[in-house]
Amino acid sequence: MDHLTRLENKSIHILREAYSEFKNLCMLWSIGKDSTVLLWLARKSFFGHVPIPLVHIDTSFKIPEMIAYRDRLAIKWRLDMIYGQNLNALKEKQSFPDGNCTRLECCKLLKTEALINTLSGNWPRYRLNHDTGKYELDHNREPYSGVIVGVRSDEEGTRSKERYFSPRGKKSNWDLADQPPEFWNQYKTDFSPGTHVRIHPLLDWTELDIWEYINREKIPTVSLYYNQGDSTRYRSLGCAPCTRPVDSTAKNVAEIIEELKTGQFSRIAERSGREQDKEDGGGLETLRVDGYM
Amino acid sequence: MTALNLEGNRLAEDRENMHIAIVGHVDHGKSTVIGRLLADTGSLPEGKLELVREFCRRNARPFEYAFLLDALKDEQSQGITIESARCFFKTAKRNYIIIDAPGHIEFLKNMVTGASRAEAALLVIDATEGVQENSRRHGYMLSVLGIKQVAVLINKLDLVDYSREVFETVREEYRAFLEKIGIEPSCFIPVSGMRGDNIASLSEKMPWYCGSSVLEILDAFEGEKPEQDKPFRMPVQGVYKFTRDGDNRRIIAGTVEAGTLTVGDKVIFYPSGKISRVKSIEAFNQSKKDKLETGYAAGFTLAEQVFVSRGEIATLAGQLKPGVTSRIRANIFWLGREPFRKHKQYLFKLGTAKIGVTLEEVVKIIDASSLAVTSKDFLDKHDVAECILKLDQDIAFDPPDVLVQTSRFVIVDNYEIAGGGIVEEALADIHQATREKVHLRNIKWEKGYVEEEERAERYSQKPTLVLVTGKKEINRKQVAKVLEKKLFEQGKPVYFYSMGNLLYGIDADIKASVKNDKKEHFRRLAEVANIMLDAGIILIVSVIELTREDVRQLSLGINHEKIVTVWLGEEANTDVEIDLHIPETFSQDKTVATIKEYLQKKGIIFKPW
Ligand SMILES: Nc1nc2c(ncn2[C@@H]2O[C@H](COP(=O)(O)OP(=O)(O)O)[C@@H](O)[C@H]2O)c(=O)[nH]1
Ligand SMILES: [Mg+2]
Repeated sequence: MDHLTRLENKSIHILREAYSEFKNLCMLWSIGKDSTVLLWLARKSFFGHVPIPLVHIDTSFKIPEMIAYRDRLAIKWRLDMIYGQNLNALKEKQSFPDGNCTRLECCKLLKTEALINTLSGNWPRYRLNHDTGKYELDHNREPYSGVIVGVRSDEEGTRSKERYFSPRGKKSNWDLADQPPEFWNQYKTDFSPGTHVRIHPLLDWTELDIWEYINREKIPTVSLYYNQGDSTRYRSLGCAPCTRPVDSTAKNVAEIIEELKTGQFSRIAERSGREQDKEDGGGLETLRVDGYM
Repeated sequence: MTALNLEGNRLAEDRENMHIAIVGHVDHGKSTVIGRLLADTGSLPEGKLELVREFCRRNARPFEYAFLLDALKDEQSQGITIESARCFFKTAKRNYIIIDAPGHIEFLKNMVTGASRAEAALLVIDATEGVQENSRRHGYMLSVLGIKQVAVLINKLDLVDYSREVFETVREEYRAFLEKIGIEPSCFIPVSGMRGDNIASLSEKMPWYCGSSVLEILDAFEGEKPEQDKPFRMPVQGVYKFTRDGDNRRIIAGTVEAGTLTVGDKVIFYPSGKISRVKSIEAFNQSKKDKLETGYAAGFTLAEQVFVSRGEIATLAGQLKPGVTSRIRANIFWLGREPFRKHKQYLFKLGTAKIGVTLEEVVKIIDASSLAVTSKDFLDKHDVAECILKLDQDIAFDPPDVLVQTSRFVIVDNYEIAGGGIVEEALADIHQATREKVHLRNIKWEKGYVEEEERAERYSQKPTLVLVTGKKEINRKQVAKVLEKKLFEQGKPVYFYSMGNLLYGIDADIKASVKNDKKEHFRRLAEVANIMLDAGIILIVSVIELTREDVRQLSLGINHEKIVTVWLGEEANTDVEIDLHIPETFSQDKTVATIKEYLQKKGIIFKPW
């Protein structure tokens, strides 16, 4: 069995465990390459179906192509698509692009808070109606007790300390210093009321694995990852104001793989284009402990 | 470094991944060795080394290679590893995922988490301190976790003038310990993590050493081989049918732990003993296959539909049968905050099965460091012991010499995984005779052409045994009968049956001895229920003061997921597990309505789709 197939099978096993053990399960889809691979793996796990709702946190500052791509695939693959937002913060222009807070505060408001409250059902959720092609207010406000997330351990330090099944406290907080044990393909699938579990099927994948898998399976990805003629492309996708493209001539998946293996990026951190990581030394750790992806 | 190929101009297809755990006593230099491996193989992201050096300068701290790994704020400030971290690097041969396990005893659960993912381990011992408690304990845990490839690094040789004598003394002491627990290490390597001696390349400081460097030893470890030649085992993760999306396949899904499966093969599911034939192998975005191999997260459909559920293990007829029992002897290590005690209910998870369990007996406790044997009535945190466990339901498993994947289990206490273990052997339980009868019945069972799901669709209900029980003075029969009538009026095929009906009918030949042979009585009731449920019916039986053991008996004959227990009136005075409790204040109408509502909520009765 080759190495991509091995990774694939392990991830499928985890997705199926999650599906069997969590009644209120959802999957976060950031539209990026990792969570899109995750979505593809879900289709593999369930023989072409995706019996798990997909949740997208819309900061309203995402690059427009991302949203268009999201809705195109949602309709094509008949996905149970849900999105949530921090409506208040957006209304009051509490954001970095509006010049009213720092990048980290902005992430906390538009992503972390929106995520926590969408998952818990405290804030409204909007669900795609496949008959009309429009999003409607979702009546289901039950909290999600299992949340599948596409984080990889090679992304940055703290993520390498994650479990496949990682409990989050009542306030969605992550108790890094006291994580439960996890071994022998047995996962934490029992949880006390009010808490939830984050599930990480892609933990063992690297950035290169992701692209090689996209290549092998011919998974559709958003065009922003490719150089469209101006010799730049995005390596990691986030909000437009805080994500910079990198200089690259890679026009397709094969060229990205080549570039990752041999070129300029083989030794530069993937999230180096993400500005929020750079604030406060442990910026991402702080965000993640509070419930960020 | 010629052994390295950073550029990695190779295809994904021929790259191999290997997980390596690094363990040992705290401060013996695990993180340093890894940091050095990463630095010397050029595997760090550009600028990372400078960043950490700069951080140390600014904070007036000596530079530590460990800081390259210890990413948590707490870890950097305390200078220890709390969590198992993973880092990646590659050689010409393959990719490595190195798991840095914490050495501190407090974090043993993290060490277990890290090490259990590994195919091989590096065990680090500080030459100046020699063999310490956790050097031994971690060695012991590696053997319990089943990690057979171990290289021992004797570290900090720079502090002892690269002395051969010191190296050999530590080596002999530790070798003797490993021998006792049945680990034969691949080698002992004298190293200095800090200075990089014998890490990525052989050092001139120790001309007396003619073995391999750490990097060479890593490449000499062997990758995990799939258990292709073992009997076929696939724990069932789920049975999928996505009818709403217009897909009528009923797919048995799971990961193949061992062996192969081919279309046409006769499969037997254990513990139920249900039998069928493989109709097709299913996959998405893949060309049609007719054979499934070890390691694949797969799915297949059956030629004749039988009721199987998550937790069973699919096996092949004609191959070695798994053990099936509800009493086992096992080796257990305990990690829980609370001790593992008798008379307390825990959850037991093996493969995909999840069953209630209690500790029956602690046979002996083994000190993981001194190997001394003691006895106690319970297990404390970090104890390792041989125990006897009693399960609420049957499980299927293999002894470890047949297949470790299906002999390993974990124990859950209060939502947390609190211990792990290996089933060493099936012990006799009181259900053996009944179980054998049921297995034979399932193998011989002749089926008609009507499928269970077709009946369920036609009748808009899942066949279920509803046990209406309560104390002696409560009118169980009346409630059961009214419930039957009410469901019948709504068009449900339903049947009321009392224990008396059984006693004077099917039990007529043994009636006199029933008092002494309650087991046989319930075995027969299970057979009646099996027929009725197979016919698609909801069977309502009133029973006086139902016990856990009664339900257990019934579940040998029919799947426990098809049993619902309803307790009427005052608090239960038996140990039975109750699905629905009806307070004594409820009127008869309200009682029946509540039961009906429950059946609806559980999806046992539903509207036609
Ligand atoms: N002199 C010397 N010190 C070392 C060596 N390896 C590790 N150390 C020091 O020993 C201490 C503990 O090392 P660390 O890697 O954190 O140990 P861990 O707890 O096993 O991960 C640190 O201060 C290291 O600098 C070595 O080979 N030589
Ligand atoms: Mg350490």
